[in-house]
Amino acid sequence: MTVDNVVALRPSEPARGWLSLARRRRAWLASLLLILFPLIVPFKALAAQILVYGLYALGLNLLFGYLGLLSFGHAALFGVGAYFCGIAVATFGLPWWAGIGLGIFGGTLAAALIGALAIRTRGIYFAMVTLALAQCVYYLFYEEAGWTGGESGLTGVDVKTIDLFGVSFNFVDPLVHYYVICAFVVAALFALSRILASPFGAVIEGVRENEARARASGIDVSRVRLVTFIVSGAFCGLAGALLSLNLSIVSIETLNYETSGLAVMMCLLGGMGTFFGPFVGAALFLLLENIVSLYTVHWQLIVGAAFVACVLFFPRGVWGTLMQGLEK
Amino acid sequence: MTADVILRTRDVAKRFGKFNALNGVSAEFRRNVITSIIGPNGAGKSTYFNLLCGVLRPSSGTVEFEGRDVTGMPQHRFAHMGVVKSYQITTVFPQLCAHENVRLAAQARVTTFDMWRPRASLKSLIETADRVLERVGLADRRDRPAGLLAHGEQRALEIGIALASEPKLLLLDEPTAGMSPQETREVMDLIVSLAAERTIILVEHKMKLVLGVSERLIVLHHGELLAEGAPDDIRRNETVKRVYLGHRGH
Repeated sequence: MTVDNVVALRPSEPARGWLSLARRRRAWLASLLLILFPLIVPFKALAAQILVYGLYALGLNLLFGYLGLLSFGHAALFGVGAYFCGIAVATFGLPWWAGIGLGIFGGTLAAALIGALAIRTRGIYFAMVTLALAQCVYYLFYEEAGWTGGESGLTGVDVKTIDLFGVSFNFVDPLVHYYVICAFVVAALFALSRILASPFGAVIEGVRENEARARASGIDVSRVRLVTFIVSGAFCGLAGALLSLNLSIVSIETLNYETSGLAVMMCLLGGMGTFFGPFVGAALFLLLENIVSLYTVHWQLIVGAAFVACVLFFPRGVWGTLMQGLEK
Repeated sequence: MTADVILRTRDVAKRFGKFNALNGVSAEFRRNVITSIIGPNGAGKSTYFNLLCGVLRPSSGTVEFEGRDVTGMPQHRFAHMGVVKSYQITTVFPQLCAHENVRLAAQARVTTFDMWRPRASLKSLIETADRVLERVGLADRRDRPAGLLAHGEQRALEIGIALASEPKLLLLDEPTAGMSPQETREVMDLIVSLAAERTIILVEHKMKLVLGVSERLIVLHHGELLAEGAPDDIRRNETVKRVYLGHRGH
């Protein structure tokens, strides 16, 4: 599916002045916003959740927003990352950093396997094949209860202190907890910014803009898709690992198709193909969910209506529309 | 004379289901000249063209580039060998600026999966792109998104994108389609000037337009090779005349 099928993007004049500077410094600015975020939001635990889901949506955004390929199976990449990290820490008693490494590895591995099979299909078929394969992963993890805890999930992913560069951080303190997770998200932001600015980033844009033209110029479009899918998997794997450390448990719902849909929704809400959009989308969704569910059990109705309104009135997402407005 | 031949097809045919779009066409294309493929609508020109640049795979027969059998190779490999096509309909990267359009095409020959260096560090590609923009007359449109360029400018940019790959063989599918007479003249002049350094194959159904600039012509009709030769031979060829008179209006 090309991006234009979802949102008609018109070419716009190049940004000038401070906005162009802001674009070049996007990783710094995004990091700054995330560092200031818990000072504005009173719920520290929710803020950490927003970081994790924002990073997960960022992983999908690379594939969906930047390359123009819609996946409905990203829960598998996120969930496998979460379980790999969780099993490493809870079952094998490995240190937290090994859990994170294995989480990234898990997301990458799942992406390589799913991607290699799904990449042959196009458009809506790609979305369906990724969905089906992700459901296979769900049942595999559901059945292997000895490893994963099955229906009741994996418990005991307890990390009390994080030792980094000789300093010991108290991971139980909500604010410290947030900033430890934030450090990884910031690293991911810089990595993504670097990838987007690289020659490969140019190729991604080219394939999204005009696949046929890219192919005629000598670009192996299928390989580009697969590699982007795998890189996306690395980001989602990291997000999954952080999720398991954040919550101390991994629930089987992490692998469910609803989690896949969640990332798509967050991307659309925030603005797909924008650098910071996924975090805005994650923040909007999770804040809405948490606030509305205080007042009514039918929170999904309200959140759903808000989502529809956002898509109708902010076709480029909230962040995307804001950025577009600034350019004028 | 075989050394002069850059591209050759032997008996290539293409069937779409039961429809025979092309019935065994054998032809040769000489190096560093303009060869035009002409014929009335539905003659199989575009099918033949797409077989030459790897977009389509022939149902039978072979395509040889520089003496090598390249039948059935994927399209991006054709580009790496130096066979680059441009499109009948305008296809650029609309949201990228003119310079990036060309730079990306130049980059495709060098690296695809380099994720860590800034793209600005590949200086020679930036210079190549600037040189190409100069060549196709778009130097003053450097930073403008391609989607906002005028139609004629987009067509010129397309040729620029193709040139950025430094092709040995440039295939152009109706490069002046939808252009004003003024724009058409400019683009034809550009194409003629490019032919000094590389082989060009043009697909065109307006015979008049290409008679003057081509060294050789290939005439297709109903998916078959009707005639092949120098413009004067084609002009005098009775069968060609009859076919074109039967399709008056071009």
